[in-house]
Amino acid sequence: MSGEVPTTIDFRGYTQQVPPTIPAAVQQATGRFFGTRSARVAEMPQWEELRQAAHELRLHTLLHLDAYLEQAARQLEAAGVQVHWAADAAEARAAVLQIAREHGVQRIVKVKSMATEEIGLNHALEAAGMQVLETDLGEFIIQLAGTGPSHIIVPAVHLKKEEIAALFTEKLGVEAPPDPVALTAIARRTLRAAFLAADMGISGANFLVAETGTLVTVTNEGNGRMCTTLPDLHVAVVAIDKVVPDWETLTVLLKLLARSATGQKLSTYTSFITGPRRAEGENGPRELHVVLLDNGRSRILRDPGGRETLKCIRCGCCLNVCPVYKNVGGFAYGWFISGPIGAILTPQLLGGEVARALPYASSLCGACEEVCPVKVPFLSIFRHLRRRVAEGDALEPPSAPVVTRLAARAAVPALGWPWLYRLGTQLLPLVLAPFRRGEWIPSLPPPLSRWTQTRPFMPFRARFRGWWARRTGQRDSRRTLLAVALVALAAGFLYRFIQTDRRANHE
Amino acid sequence: MTQAQLFITCLAENFLPAVLEGMVAILERLGVTLTFPPEQTCCGQPLYNSGFEAQTRPLARRWLEAFGRSDAPVVSPSGSCVDMVRHYPKLFPPGSPEHELAVDLAARTFEFSEFLVHRLGVVDVGGCFPHKVTYHASCHLLRGLGLRTEAKQLLGAVRGLELIPLHEEETCCGFGGIFSVVYPEVSEKMMAAKVQNIIASGAEYVVIGEAGCLMNIAGGLQRAGSSIRALHLIEVLAAQGGAA
Repeated sequence: MSGEVPTTIDFRGYTQQVPPTIPAAVQQATGRFFGTRSARVAEMPQWEELRQAAHELRLHTLLHLDAYLEQAARQLEAAGVQVHWAADAAEARAAVLQIAREHGVQRIVKVKSMATEEIGLNHALEAAGMQVLETDLGEFIIQLAGTGPSHIIVPAVHLKKEEIAALFTEKLGVEAPPDPVALTAIARRTLRAAFLAADMGISGANFLVAETGTLVTVTNEGNGRMCTTLPDLHVAVVAIDKVVPDWETLTVLLKLLARSATGQKLSTYTSFITGPRRAEGENGPRELHVVLLDNGRSRILRDPGGRETLKCIRCGCCLNVCPVYKNVGGFAYGWFISGPIGAILTPQLLGGEVARALPYASSLCGACEEVCPVKVPFLSIFRHLRRRVAEGDALEPPSAPVVTRLAARAAVPALGWPWLYRLGTQLLPLVLAPFRRGEWIPSLPPPLSRWTQTRPFMPFRARFRGWWARRTGQRDSRRTLLAVALVALAAGFLYRFIQTDRRANHE
Repeated sequence: MTQAQLFITCLAENFLPAVLEGMVAILERLGVTLTFPPEQTCCGQPLYNSGFEAQTRPLARRWLEAFGRSDAPVVSPSGSCVDMVRHYPKLFPPGSPEHELAVDLAARTFEFSEFLVHRLGVVDVGGCFPHKVTYHASCHLLRGLGLRTEAKQLLGAVRGLELIPLHEEETCCGFGGIFSVVYPEVSEKMMAAKVQNIIASGAEYVVIGEAGCLMNIAGGLQRAGSSIRALHLIEVLAAQGGAA
């Protein structure tokens, strides 16, 4: 769960044993976030225009990402940043490790970062003997718990304050009451010492502005600034889809991000970092490194049906409105990113053999698509990825079980040949009659039990075609036609018989 | 004279014949001349939403053939099936005759409440249903077809009907077609939340404009031992005073 790339994501298996505390905690927090988000949105008559602008800007950036990335790298270097290109997670981990080793790093403090969760960086650093401390409160909690994040912006959203208090008592050896203020104070004491002692800070970035080579981080707790200014060495791991062309674009996205995430107009801290410190007395590290992470994104960019996934700015709003996520929590999605965006991103990063369960982890209700601030077309991407699983496409062979594919083939005549379909509507009531109890069918054998385990089934009552025919007189006309045909046939036979009889008599 | 072709959909045909009979009664009362293309079968939605596009295509072709014989608009008691028809153009290469027909039919296929309010310009269909009802907004009507107010306008004109707001009215009931059988445990939780909200509303009936949601919620209410009945919007609009 923490840092390792899964080999198979068993969404259903997890959903069969969700601890009941998780949906309760998740629903409480996400409900609050979405409530404030909706209030902020209602204050902005230009919200839909902003969304449209953001969509166009993000798509434009993705379609010209090669150019903007090169510009970003040039500007980063011009600002004194050392740029490292990482094709995959292993290269990114190796780059960070090498920088740390070269500087003899012992103690690392981290800003909350989805990119470092994606590449499992903490494990690699710890395995190399370094101390790594997550300093975002939520990340601090899940690091103690030894799990990954269960929400994009609220990593410990699944835990209640009582559980966090118990965790603090157990892992930190302190008396911890189930009170958010007291718990924050305990974390703060641990963190203060660590900030001062750290010899390296690691962050991600919410955005990377290409025209100036500026890293942008959006945080609420102040820990981010501590991590990126106190230690002499700062490394930022930035996925390539974080690039924005210019500050105008950034402005549009910042207006949407905090409002969609937490319902804030702006997060408490929006930090802009352009290069390391230039002179003694200035704030900031002596050395700043940026690791640009691809890790499968170039492949996604090549796929017109999936590429708009990368427009995402990680506000987490789709999680906050998703009835599936809110009932199962983030761990069901098997990797660092969860909810609707996780359900479409993970299969594209890890492939169908690992994650073929996820494109189906949506009722296609469309709530995510309705609120997404950059208009990620969730529904069409869900269908696109389901098609990849079912039929395969240019990027991957099909990963659906053979029996499912055969069933789909068998469904074509059953649902599409009129006579067979109609025969089915007449036969099924008879087949299911033994299971019927009054107005309902309470239970059915597998695989139909997957419906009846949750609610009873309705009995088949296909009577419309007969009703329509009777009231429009069609059946009657058909009967008349049949009768006429039969009479004509009989008359024909009779005539021939008489003729034959006559001929016989004449002979 | 307004004409329309009836697109009855698999679920309504097989499980909710009263909805279809009510649809015919209302439309004829409003002076619409109806035809029923008998070759129609499933529109292919379950296959399409499962990712089997190659298998959806023959079903789409059959549907286009059945309804393409007439120029009359198509009307259906299901938002998700209409939404499927509006996806048909994506299944065929632009420029092909099938694509042209798909574009044409996608533009003249309507969900029932959409047809009444936007094509016929009718809100009052002369229904009388003196009961407390609440309304569940189905995802495909609401977000799929963008029909947020139509059903409520129609319900608002029904004599004697008292509409009670439903908490989390726009949240999915957990049906989601294949979703309900691929992930029954999650579907159950979503359905249970919906049923709980319906019971808490204090209504005698819950009105739903989509067969799939109706089967899910009606079954959920039954299993919860509730006396609240789930009805299709059409059943309420067709009612003439008594219980539907």
